Amino acid sequence: MSTKDTSYSAIMARKNEIMKASLGIDFNEYITSPITFDYEKLMAETGYQIQDIARIQAETKVGETPLFELRRLTEEVRKISDPGKGAMIMVKDEAANASGSFKARRASISAYEAAQKGYQGMIAASSGNYGAAVASQAAQRGLKCIILQEVFDSRGVGQPEIIEKGRACEAYGAETLKLSVGPELFYMLLRTLEETGYFNASLYTPFGIRGVETLGWEIAQQVQTRYQKAPDAVVITHAGGGNLTGTARGLLAAGCVDTRIVACSVDLGGLHMASDVDFNKKSFTTGHTGFGVPFATWPDRVDVPRNAARSLRYMDEYQLVTQGEVFYVTELLTKIEGLERGPAGNISLTAAITLARQMDRDQIVVVQETEYTGAGKHHNSQLAFARENGIEVRRGNPTENVPGKSIVIPERLAQVWGKVQEMDKLRLSYLKNAAHHLPISEWLESDYEFLAADIKKDKNWVKQQANLLN
Amino acid sequence: MEKIAKGSWVEIEQIVLNPEERAPSLPEDTRKVPYVLHVSGFLLEDAELGQEVSIKTVIGRELVGLLITNNPSYTHSFGKTVPELLTIGLPEDK
Repeated sequence: MSTKDTSYSAIMARKNEIMKASLGIDFNEYITSPITFDYEKLMAETGYQIQDIARIQAETKVGETPLFELRRLTEEVRKISDPGKGAMIMVKDEAANASGSFKARRASISAYEAAQKGYQGMIAASSGNYGAAVASQAAQRGLKCIILQEVFDSRGVGQPEIIEKGRACEAYGAETLKLSVGPELFYMLLRTLEETGYFNASLYTPFGIRGVETLGWEIAQQVQTRYQKAPDAVVITHAGGGNLTGTARGLLAAGCVDTRIVACSVDLGGLHMASDVDFNKKSFTTGHTGFGVPFATWPDRVDVPRNAARSLRYMDEYQLVTQGEVFYVTELLTKIEGLERGPAGNISLTAAITLARQMDRDQIVVVQETEYTGAGKHHNSQLAFARENGIEVRRGNPTENVPGKSIVIPERLAQVWGKVQEMDKLRLSYLKNAAHHLPISEWLESDYEFLAADIKKDKNWVKQQANLLN
Repeated sequence: MEKIAKGSWVEIEQIVLNPEERAPSLPEDTRKVPYVLHVSGFLLEDAELGQEVSIKTVIGRELVGLLITNNPSYTHSFGKTVPELLTIGLPEDK
């Protein structure tokens, strides 16, 4: 154990040196102002081509997952769509990766880097599929692994889904640190990195995001080979932004410049993410607006100095869905498509149904992930847990859903509609956050250029908004 | 009190931060409670529940904390059947 001061303030004060030692990346080489850094250089200097990433991933049972047509679901959508509407819905079965989710892509390059650089082990903080992915990849590279998870509230109660994810981490041989509710997970991560000298397998490093690029790349190749065209839309469950960023970069690298990049999150408006009491009132532990909105509107709130996951840089649209709609669609996927998969991966499938209804029949909408399911993760266990915790569960119109109070499961497919999150509102919110880090009066031309690229707008729009904000 | 033998698979608890040591700007409900760690490993000496003990984790790290569980196990399940799900996807339901 370290003899250094391990108080909250002392550890946080040593953040930068701990990060540098645990990542082998000096972010100062890329940072040019409090809001601007050379993003493309940071990504490029990982030193990998997309083919290298695919080769490394193939060594540890990651990638080349199947892309399926959801024929019966598409038929059902066409029955409730206007004439000529009802795009074909396809799903990329990412549950086929080692550890059962796309997160294996995200962990794989970090594990390879850690082994190459001679680290004895790797550490990640995740209560989601990423923990199991890091543990599985570390196991295959002969590295020790520690996963930190936010598991239980002050009563010692944890959601079945998180408990299952903790089990999976231990199953793959990781030491699993199970923590109570609180943002001090980051403090604990830093403390553990310092104690062990292990590699920081943060979700938000360039290695993590570049690992996801193969997902977009494979979708492009698979659709191109089978239909001689690019996918018209790809729907991506959005939380921290890495899934969207990596997938979009892969699609762009494969030439899919006109493919609509659609984010989707479960709307948990009204619940506080750091609240001990609210912790067990939500049935989704990720893929929800509690992460999706703050990470989109300020990516640099993470456990690395600059976040390689920058969703607004790539996002064209953002769809919100309710918990009840996702549970409905998860059950429907099981019953009519014969695929039993975890709900979190079906968030984007829910939005794809809404999109497909509005798209032409000859178009293709791709849902880019599934995740494994089982005890704890299964939608029945999550709904049963919600009911035990006093949440009302019933069939009805999903617009009556109130996060933390009720889960209303649609009565029929036509009620699956979600709602649209306004993009410019998010972009404006991003600019306001940037202004908190550097006053608008001090923004240089280079800052405007970075901000414009980071929210997928032109520089003039940013300047206009900055004038209004000022 | 039951004696737990050295080498048993156990779970310990550490108070990582007392309420007054926690991060600033927490919601009120979270600020009132300590930040707590649970971790499992093999017990390094015979002990009773509630004692301070050392464990060796699966990756070989030695950690200290209060002994809270002997043979911690997973009992999470598929939950009680939620009948509202059962009719989804049946011919009359779509």
